Amino acid sequence: MPVTTKAPLLEVHELRVEYPRAGFRRGSFVAIDSMSVRVPAGTTLGVVGESGSGKSTLGRAILGLAPITHGGVIFDGREITHADARTRRALSADLQVVFQDPYSSLNPAMTIEAILAEPLVAAGTSRAAARARLTELLDIVGLPADSLARLPREFSGGQRQRIAIARAMAREPKLVVCDEAVSALDLSTQARVLDLLLDIQAQTGVAYLFITHDLDVVRHVSDEVVVVNRGAIVERGPAAQVVTNPTDPYTRRLVEASPIADPVAQRARRAARHPT
Amino acid sequence: MLLFLTRKVGAALSLVVVVASITFFMLYASGSDPVANLLGQSATAAQIETRRAELGLDRPVLTQFLEWWGHLLRGDLGTSWTNRQPVMATLLTRVPVTLSLAIAATVVAAVVGTALGTLAARFRGVVDVVLQLVVVVGFALPAFWFAVLLSQTFAIRLGWFPAVGYTPLVESPAAWLSSITLPVVALAAGVTASIAQQVRNSVIEVERRDFVRALRSRGIGPGRILVAHTLRNAAPAALTVLSLQFIGLLGGAIIIENIYALPGIGALAISATNVGDVPVVMGIVLVTVVIVVVVNLVLDLLQGLLNPKARTR
Amino acid sequence: MTGSTAAPVRTPSDHVVRRALRNPTVVVSGLVLLLVVAAAVLAPLLAPHSPTEAVLDDVLAPPSADHPLGGDSAGRDVLSRLLWGARTSLLAGLIAIVTAVVVGVPAGLVAGYRSGRFDAVAGWVASVLLAVPGIVALLVVVSAFGTAMPPSMIALGVLLSPAFFRLTRSTVVNVRAELYVDAARVAGISPVSIVFRHILSVVATPIIIQASLSAGVAIIVQAGLAFLGIGDSLAPSWGAMVNDAYRSNIEAPLLTLWPGLAIGITVAALALLGSGLSDVVNRTDAVQSPRRSRRLAAEAAAEVAAAPKVEARTSDEATLVVEDLHVQYSRQDGTRAEVVKGVSFHVDRGECLGIVGESGSGKSQTAFSVLGLLPPEAVRVAGAIRLRELDLLSLGERSLNHIRSSRLAYVPQDPMSNLDPAYTIGAQMVETIRAHERLSRRAATQRARALLERVLIVDPDKALGSYPHEISGGMAQRVLIAMAISCSPDVLIADEPTTALDVTVQQEVLDLLRELQRDLDLALVIVTHNLGVVADICDRVAVMKDGRLVETRDVFDLSAAPQHPYTRELLGSTLSNVAPRTRIGQGSPSTATTEA
Repeated sequence: MPVTTKAPLLEVHELRVEYPRAGFRRGSFVAIDSMSVRVPAGTTLGVVGESGSGKSTLGRAILGLAPITHGGVIFDGREITHADARTRRALSADLQVVFQDPYSSLNPAMTIEAILAEPLVAAGTSRAAARARLTELLDIVGLPADSLARLPREFSGGQRQRIAIARAMAREPKLVVCDEAVSALDLSTQARVLDLLLDIQAQTGVAYLFITHDLDVVRHVSDEVVVVNRGAIVERGPAAQVVTNPTDPYTRRLVEASPIADPVAQRARRAARHPT
Repeated sequence: MLLFLTRKVGAALSLVVVVASITFFMLYASGSDPVANLLGQSATAAQIETRRAELGLDRPVLTQFLEWWGHLLRGDLGTSWTNRQPVMATLLTRVPVTLSLAIAATVVAAVVGTALGTLAARFRGVVDVVLQLVVVVGFALPAFWFAVLLSQTFAIRLGWFPAVGYTPLVESPAAWLSSITLPVVALAAGVTASIAQQVRNSVIEVERRDFVRALRSRGIGPGRILVAHTLRNAAPAALTVLSLQFIGLLGGAIIIENIYALPGIGALAISATNVGDVPVVMGIVLVTVVIVVVVNLVLDLLQGLLNPKARTR
Repeated sequence: MTGSTAAPVRTPSDHVVRRALRNPTVVVSGLVLLLVVAAAVLAPLLAPHSPTEAVLDDVLAPPSADHPLGGDSAGRDVLSRLLWGARTSLLAGLIAIVTAVVVGVPAGLVAGYRSGRFDAVAGWVASVLLAVPGIVALLVVVSAFGTAMPPSMIALGVLLSPAFFRLTRSTVVNVRAELYVDAARVAGISPVSIVFRHILSVVATPIIIQASLSAGVAIIVQAGLAFLGIGDSLAPSWGAMVNDAYRSNIEAPLLTLWPGLAIGITVAALALLGSGLSDVVNRTDAVQSPRRSRRLAAEAAAEVAAAPKVEARTSDEATLVVEDLHVQYSRQDGTRAEVVKGVSFHVDRGECLGIVGESGSGKSQTAFSVLGLLPPEAVRVAGAIRLRELDLLSLGERSLNHIRSSRLAYVPQDPMSNLDPAYTIGAQMVETIRAHERLSRRAATQRARALLERVLIVDPDKALGSYPHEISGGMAQRVLIAMAISCSPDVLIADEPTTALDVTVQQEVLDLLRELQRDLDLALVIVTHNLGVVADICDRVAVMKDGRLVETRDVFDLSAAPQHPYTRELLGSTLSNVAPRTRIGQGSPSTATTEA
């Protein structure tokens, strides 16, 4: 990575997210606390952690889907911590999302055309221009051109995730938050979708905030990595270094616990863990 | 558990207060003059005025309202405007009749409905089709029409049961049973159908859950799985339906009582409404809401016992 | 698992309206309703007499040409009153549901979308309204506002509105939690257009269904009021007709029948229309009846009997032997889909076999076949499954129950959904133990406690008294493993036992399984999609694709020199051997044609 002196594309500073507990005067639940991350333009920041660690909350807070009670988010030079709907609408051209579940992230009642056109129409793109862009998008994500008239349920999980990616890329964003975007996919499908995301990044220079529980995935896609545990960042650094040479005890546990597909290496690790 | 209990009781009490207050203002401040209704069209303005003063209706509504609550807290629901009997005493003789009708119908509906619903879920096919048919018929035919039909057939034509009248349980259990059989059947039919439908759907839903497969994998027998696990997990949804149905059932009882001339609050409610005997109507509203609230409270507690999650929340 | 085997492809032309028109319940009930509406609208033209004209000669007249249904106790024409009564009933239903929708739906939309204080207040009002017995409330309304029908039906509408409120609210809350609504928010779609584009369309159908049911309720309640003589005594209505019939039932029993039929048919048509529509919307109409699948199963059983019995060829010594296993599911159109196509493997005590494959490969179906836990839609199971001397496919449910747990045990994928939420851990463990061994409750509890210690649960006594929702996923999986080994089985089949768990917990569970396998000399079968899990614990691996075993090998051999192209592709999809931030696949990466 070349060292850049100018401000990063996304800067998250001392972020805290608190959810009010259900019921009267039950206080609140702190999902993440004093989290700071930076994503330079065109790069990928991997966010890795286990369930309940707060990794998804970070992404949702940046997207305006979680209540921020402290700290700030600066995106592309703009302060967007508490952006209203109008600002979000303007922002949506540059900031997008791909969620984990390819089944619930597409409205089952809308055709692929309506799903993909929605962000374009909301931005005031003309019908003809939108139509042309849709064809282009399908081509980019490798779906057949006749997909437009069909409904989400006619597509497999991997194909749906391609549709979700196409929707995110519709207006050529500068940053896409990928929240467990490949976690629900089979291994071979996951590999192809990861290839697609890397290809798009190479072509358009989009930056990713890549949230996942899978160390292999994060090592594969990220430039920098932050490791999240119990709502706080415990370790950060270049991907290869964090995954192969962790310094924090929690990261070390995480790395050691992730099994690798090579039985010889995996059994060596197991033996090292349980000296008998 | 204690917190759960206090919260439920508190909610129930506030509900009684609110419903009673709204009813009071609807009856006393709706604009139509109850006394004019009461005395009929021949009454002169002077007569109406005198009677209004007699009943204390010439005072501000708020004063009357506070007074009514004051009396209520001392167990006094006022006196009837027509026969000048204390309302509380009248209600006390009539409520047991309505309650025995409603509770008997609820029990019958719960037992028969659960059995039918389980059968339909288990065997589907013909049993299920028949059940669906019964459910639609039970929903579509008004209870009062069914009651008229039962009365015409089994009481008047065949003479198996009395067509009208009520024998208190303490006087003769057999006669009591005979006097409420037809009303209970008429009342329970529709509720049974909806309970059966709910039980059927819940049983099918629970049987698809993973833990039922896990139980099978551990060699637990099908009978035990059905009774101890499937029905147990299907019960909360059925109880919710039962508590909603009970409210409708209480309303239905009022109509059915009129058909079988049972001396419950139903006949009282109709006559009080027709002549505009406001204190009696007020008393009936209060009593029915209290009954509903108590029954719902009991079902809520049962719900808490059945559902460990509801208890800790 | 089973869903992936038969996901029918539908086209957008398969629209709700078109499907509704193909549903016989919807069509018939809709036509009946149209007839009732036509009768009501055209009553002035159709009715042979005035509904209120009383002719002394026609009192309780039997049916005749002039009076097709006879005369009532006041000498009025029954048919004419029936036709005019339809107007009263339909108008009553209409007023009530319009009121209920106007009050309930907007409140539900706001409460569901904004939640917070409005939600709390509206929810409380709804519960107040639900606690009021309808008839009593209507009597109050009649006392206060007089006997005309519209005020009482408006009041009834208000009383029915909580159902609409709750339905709308819960639908909105569910839809709001959908990720596609989040995606729309990120896209900057305004809340109002999110409600209209994404939420209203979902809410509309349940509202229509609820409205048709509520209209039926309103018609019955209005009839009930008229029956009691509370209501507009001049307007002809079905309820008043029942009352009249009731008072003259000895002389003319048929009089009771007509208004009852009119109410019954109208309300039944409304109810059936509602349930038919909900079937169309929820697509439950396409679900096959178990009777049909039983018939198919019987046919299939005959086929199996006719087919030549597969003789055991190899590995007779193994604890569990599966030979040429086939599993077929019946599809909605009557054809069958084969999800397991001739699978053979064996596993011995002290050995761990991994069955690996992607979703839809048939690996879970294979595991469930061995356990005898296939759903009823699996209509044909052929081949041979032997546990030592026992032929599992020929065993009845009772004998199967006997060997489940005691010889053959199962550890499921998602630990939380596999425990009964209504019972404590202790109760569920004791139940399993006592189903297989004659032990006192006390002794069984002792055993359960020891088992929990065995699976390294720190505070076994606390765990015994806990409900499933009170423990973590990792602990729940340990409990399920403890239950699986509670009656010392020979074979343990674990279906994706760590997929629902975090990696650190996954490691602990794998360590536990390995240790138990060694100590109890178990034959362990692990079904998984995770090659890391395979590398960690398995001795041999069977790779499945599209219902077939493509390769069964020693785990080290397989990893070092995969032979089948699919195995190579699978191993090639792992990320551990690829340089970071480079393409994994070869050729054109961006085609989705072969994706499962």
